[in-house]
Amino acid sequence: MRHEQIETNSGLMLLLILVVISIGGLVEIVPLFYINETVEDVKGAVRPYTPLELRGRDIYIREGCYLCHSQQIRPFRDEWLRYGHYSLAAESQYDHPFQWGSKRTGPDLARVGNKYSNQWQVQHLNAPRSVVPQSIMPNYPWLLQTDLDYSDIVGRMRALRWTGVPYSVTQAEYDANVKIFGKATADLLDINQAQDTLLKQARDREFDSNPVRLTEMDALVAYLQVLGTMVDFTQYDEGYFTKFR
Amino acid sequence: MSDNTLNAKQKPGAVQTTGHSWDGDLQEYTNPLPRWWLWCFYGTVVFSILYWFVYPSWPMGKGWLKGYGTVDYTITDKATGKQLEKKDQPWNTRALLQEELGQAANDPKRKEMLAKVQAATPEQIVQNPQMMEFVRSVGKGLFGDNCAACHGQGGQGVVGLYPNLTDNDWLWGGSTARIQETLTLGRKGFMPAFGTVLKPDQLDDVAEYVLTLSNEAKPSEAVERGKALFQGQAGGCYACHGADGKGLAALGSANLTDKIWTIVDVSAQKTLQDKKTQITNFVAVGVNNTRVMPAWQNRLTPTDIKLLAVYVHQLSGAKQ
Repeated sequence: MRHEQIETNSGLMLLLILVVISIGGLVEIVPLFYINETVEDVKGAVRPYTPLELRGRDIYIREGCYLCHSQQIRPFRDEWLRYGHYSLAAESQYDHPFQWGSKRTGPDLARVGNKYSNQWQVQHLNAPRSVVPQSIMPNYPWLLQTDLDYSDIVGRMRALRWTGVPYSVTQAEYDANVKIFGKATADLLDINQAQDTLLKQARDREFDSNPVRLTEMDALVAYLQVLGTMVDFTQYDEGYFTKFR
Repeated sequence: MSDNTLNAKQKPGAVQTTGHSWDGDLQEYTNPLPRWWLWCFYGTVVFSILYWFVYPSWPMGKGWLKGYGTVDYTITDKATGKQLEKKDQPWNTRALLQEELGQAANDPKRKEMLAKVQAATPEQIVQNPQMMEFVRSVGKGLFGDNCAACHGQGGQGVVGLYPNLTDNDWLWGGSTARIQETLTLGRKGFMPAFGTVLKPDQLDDVAEYVLTLSNEAKPSEAVERGKALFQGQAGGCYACHGADGKGLAALGSANLTDKIWTIVDVSAQKTLQDKKTQITNFVAVGVNNTRVMPAWQNRLTPTDIKLLAVYVHQLSGAKQ
């Protein structure tokens, strides 16, 4: 094909440019889908988020928390000492989109779950400087004042199910979840009971210290408290996860 | 006829043009690239090929080229507790981290100190200046990463929320053994809400009595009524706070006889009435799920926890 033919035919040039610039992406990304070891085997320890946690995650994204907080602990010694075990691909396998990030104005949150009490999380989100004087994080007072809207939780879960997250609709899917995660967890992942399980989780483990109202704070704290807690690293030998890379 | 696409020093035909011409007479030279630049470019090509061989690179089928680079590291086998040497593991950042962690753990000075601390009781650590120096430097980092978010960088806490660790007042006991237990298993504070049990004026009386315990209020009739409620079955406060009001470390109940207030900020109130209101309001709602110390056993090693216990014990002046 002659140079001149391409240069004088913008449609053809556009097409060829697209082909050329997609090569890098195809070579880097596509193999990850068929290399089995990309996602580590953690024996079903990682489950999708419950309806309440899922709403919390949506609020996390809405408030732009990811702009200052990453959720990926890298395999370096300083991060190991400060944050704990490095993040696994398996731990964010149900995250769409994942929240890895690289901007750390604040600390990494990949393992913040259960590190602080619910009350600390509430206090800190409401007024960070009341507990950490040197913090530059903004206040998020409206989380405690806004009732959680969970009317569209079924739609949100269906959308994620469409991307491959194992939320169940049919009996067969539910049974498959029981096999992998056990009955208690399978119930939490059932779209048909989503509203009930959301309300139940908020009642059972009061997250925002206000049992009367179900607020956005409840959902966000529920989400933060589960981050990085699903894999029990004491069950694995040191170095077990090196073989996946 | 002069050719104005050539500059004065160049002879016609000395440099080739691209062959295009725009607007009739605009042409473009194809000057050769500077030689240094060209060699740098070839250099990067050679470098990238070497890099493919040494480090993990291309995906191949269901796997990928792992490269010839290797890492050696030693791990402790969970089942047998023996040291396992992993030789010539393919290079990757996770293996590299294992190697680094191993090197750090095997650093002679650190290894020696950690072994000492592991073997020693908290009392022995406190008495050994060398071990204490180690505890202070390691403890400071651990405290900053894990405890400071609630208790503050210096351990001063936040009145009403998180206990001050620098005074000698302890809810759950201030011996190193108790602190170690608190760190390992966490704590959950609880006090029933008396708002539904006692009437508002009864709450008022109890508050006034409580204030006499720390010499904030003077004896009066109200105090006598409050005392009867505190010490009797109606209020039953004595069951947790003790008949003397000094609290029980086993239950995490506060000492009401000193001037240190962990939940209700009495010291900050100026008038007796304000102090009483603060206490009344608190006693009415109690503590439920709002004062939780997380458990650290899944996050920190037993040695780390021992180090921290000694560090925190020192913050308070190590009197208990």
